Amino acid sequence: MSLLRAEEISVHFGGVKAVQEVSFSVEQGEVFSIVGPNGAGKTTIFNLVSRIYDCTHGHVFFEDQDITRVPTHAVADLGIARTFQNTELFEQESVLNNLLIGCHVHRNTNLLSELFFLPSVRRQELDFRQKVEDVIDLLDLQSYREQIIGNLPYGVRKMVEIARALCLQPKLLLLDEPSSGLNPEETDDLSFWLEDINEELGITVIMVEHDMNLVTQASDRVMALADGHMVTIGEPQEVQNHPEVLRAYLGD
Amino acid sequence: MRFIRKTRYEQDINLIKHNGQVLWYGLLLLALFAGPLWLDRFLLGEFAFVFIYAIAGLGLMVLVGYTGLVSLGHAAFLAIGAYVHAYFLNQGLPFPVTMVIATLFSALVGGLIAIPALRMTGIYLAVATLAFAVIVEQVLVHWESVTGGFRGMPVPRPELFGVNFASPTVFYFMCLVLLLGSMILVMNLLRSPAGRAMTAVRDSETSAESMGIHLARTKTLAFALSAGFTGLAGALFAHRLTYLAPDAFTIITSIQLLLMVVVGGLGSLHGVIYGAIFIGLLPQGIAIFRDSVPAAVAQIPGLEPAIFGLILILFLIYEPLGIYGRWRKVRLFFEEFPMYRKATYKRQKSFLRTERLQ
Repeated sequence: MSLLRAEEISVHFGGVKAVQEVSFSVEQGEVFSIVGPNGAGKTTIFNLVSRIYDCTHGHVFFEDQDITRVPTHAVADLGIARTFQNTELFEQESVLNNLLIGCHVHRNTNLLSELFFLPSVRRQELDFRQKVEDVIDLLDLQSYREQIIGNLPYGVRKMVEIARALCLQPKLLLLDEPSSGLNPEETDDLSFWLEDINEELGITVIMVEHDMNLVTQASDRVMALADGHMVTIGEPQEVQNHPEVLRAYLGD
Repeated sequence: MRFIRKTRYEQDINLIKHNGQVLWYGLLLLALFAGPLWLDRFLLGEFAFVFIYAIAGLGLMVLVGYTGLVSLGHAAFLAIGAYVHAYFLNQGLPFPVTMVIATLFSALVGGLIAIPALRMTGIYLAVATLAFAVIVEQVLVHWESVTGGFRGMPVPRPELFGVNFASPTVFYFMCLVLLLGSMILVMNLLRSPAGRAMTAVRDSETSAESMGIHLARTKTLAFALSAGFTGLAGALFAHRLTYLAPDAFTIITSIQLLLMVVVGGLGSLHGVIYGAIFIGLLPQGIAIFRDSVPAAVAQIPGLEPAIFGLILILFLIYEPLGIYGRWRKVRLFFEEFPMYRKATYKRQKSFLRTERLQ
């Protein structure tokens, strides 16, 4: 059983066919990369899986459940977390609060008990904090805990966004260009952390990425897209040398 | 400068962060509870008025400051709270019960208004809520059998067990206690998941949704809570007016409420209190201003709304974080003296949308 399966998904915006009949499946425990030139439809596929866009055709299955029409907020409950290409953090909040929002899917209390901050809410807050601290430890974010996002450098924001996604304790993590805006050193750290996330936490990762070094190092399989079509799926080396992929990037 | 050594997670959860706060807020509470000892009748009334404004401000702050939804129609919820309260008082119900009914009814209306308002943000939402306020005003005028129309409606004196709650001292205490209670509720909200969900919606709807936050539910909740607090303030406001008429709840009142949270400082509870004090004192200030300028200027019609508007604009341009923001800068200046850097609060120019602080 695949963790995630996309069956001939397409999305059209008016006349623009952003993604056309792309099918792929991601196995449990895998790091799966999506590569392709700009405008190939990589992020669009993420937006389809995380239900920000509606599929025009096709179906997406997560753990054999059809999620093509579930509401956007329900995707997180199922265990799919994502990051955004240009970071979408809660900018006026501290890192800590951002990560705590990541725990929102685990909320068991209702508004009334929260208004009176009953002991159950306090216990839950402590429990959330423990989860958050585990993630902070994993990604070495201790020194930024109380900082407001707006004051942080871009590289740290990217890491905070990954941390927030991890706080959901997802089964599937979608990373949209995790290395964009990072310097080479930070990118090295990232590939190290990706391994940790994948192997220690057992989280399946799908990432959209341009840095081919990172893709080859980290991923088990790669899918190449061009102009909304799937070109090929395979081992990183294989895909890198595939003639169609070379043509898509370099032209004829 | 104070550095807090944290050894337990509870320290981040508790409302009181350090002993200094116990001292200063304790002294403030002591001074307020000893109010009747050092305030005369007039000032007691004015303080109670500020407390009422602060309760309404709390409600509006939840909506505007923490959920990021602008409302130009909060006078409507104030009116609904006041009229429902007065109506049931006239029916002979005891006033604590009518106050609860007024609060819940306003919250209900707030929740219902949220449903069509969900699809709108920013200026569109402001206009929609403004329209709602106009509708409520018209209903108050025309539904004479209930509201008394332009003739208005008397507000019976609040009495319970033979105690007259309208006497300045008792009313002062009632407003103070209700304000403190509302404050604690809002502070609890902000440190729990529901409140964090609201700030998440304010900062980025897309990512809030991807974090599993139900946008519609969160916004509806924010509206309902906001309207509930404002309704409670309305019920108290009714006693201050003693006679309700539709012209007490106009667009000017809505703007005043919004002015309060903006001038106080969006996104802070201190700001609510500063704003309430500011708005409470403003009419006196304008009265003094009228006396000190030539009659030709003082008699200009619409002077008050113009001054409100001017203050709002000046704050938005020069101190978007309001009085509380200014206070933080002043405090930092003294804490870091003589090392204060002017640039601390200066935003660098940012070009990416994601780098921009709204």
